[in-house]
Amino acid sequence: MPLIAIVALAAITYAFRIIGPLCRDRVTLPPSATLLFADAAAVLLIALAATSALMNGHDFAGWARPAGVLVAGLLAVRRAPFPIVVLAAACVTALLRLAGVE
Amino acid sequence: MPRDVALVCLADGLVGLSFGATAVAGGLPWWVPVAMSVLVFAGGSQIAAVGVVLAGGSPFAAVAAGAVLNTRLFPYGLAVADVVGPPGHAEPDDGGDRIGGPAVRRWLIRLLGTQIITDESVAFALRQTDPARRRAAFWTCGLSLFGAWNVAVLLGVLAGSVMRDTNAFGLDATFPAVLIALALPALAELRTRVSAGTGAVIAVALTPVLPAGLPVLAALAGLATGWRPRRGRSTEPPASSPADPTRAVPSIDSLTGER
Repeated sequence: MPLIAIVALAAITYAFRIIGPLCRDRVTLPPSATLLFADAAAVLLIALAATSALMNGHDFAGWARPAGVLVAGLLAVRRAPFPIVVLAAACVTALLRLAGVE
Repeated sequence: MPRDVALVCLADGLVGLSFGATAVAGGLPWWVPVAMSVLVFAGGSQIAAVGVVLAGGSPFAAVAAGAVLNTRLFPYGLAVADVVGPPGHAEPDDGGDRIGGPAVRRWLIRLLGTQIITDESVAFALRQTDPARRRAAFWTCGLSLFGAWNVAVLLGVLAGSVMRDTNAFGLDATFPAVLIALALPALAELRTRVSAGTGAVIAVALTPVLPAGLPVLAALAGLATGWRPRRGRSTEPPASSPADPTRAVPSIDSLTGER
């Protein structure tokens, strides 16, 4: 990942951050726009979670990783603390691999 | 509040650890996750961008994915606009316009405050109603998190460079797990769940055939399934406030595990 890409993402991110504080008196965001931003973020996060859980490059990643992610996802839905969720994903996947499941 | 801030820092620290380790173990140079963590300082987009690159995607696709994720910082900025700067910036100027004077310092504080706008600092700020406490909550959480996140990423980079086989530790499963946990608070409504589910199916289905990075962006088409612009339905209660930016803000309870 070239430095220019990091700087570009940083600049775009900073721009999103600073518009609000700079123009809070001049800008009112329609509620639908706010909802659309939130939905777009959720869609991206879940799509990325799904692809990075199931796929390795262009191929299926094997069962160990999606199984760990599934357990973590269930724990997250049950409102387990964040550290537990992350550790569960790693432990389940590692144990499955130790047991010979790829 | 300090206890909650510490819990959130711990949780995010774990994420930073896995981010740094995964990035380096995936073959990226050590300074990539480190520079991103200081300059971008938005965990979800950092993980997304590095995830796209590690999957073989172009830097352009990585930046695009990260940028779309960070659009939510715009409504966040509106929500905490009153606390990112130093207190009382509307007071009469005390003649501090000269270079290096208080005016310059106020601007520097405001620029720093802008960088620490995150899901967590905004959520903490919005839990307080009193302006002074709002400001304290925002800055305490934001600065602690900036420190914790960058130290954790650095430690992760060190760990990732000594671990020979990160897959044996299941590290590759932490990325998707974190992404799900981050998205969960936003999935409260059926509309969002339908969009996200459709998007996920699109992305996975396209992964074998499209260059890496593009399937995730294509997932945004999933928005069309759940998204209907509100055409002023009269049965709907008047939107809670003209533009209530707080509705996009996740609850920190999902991080601390409290109900």
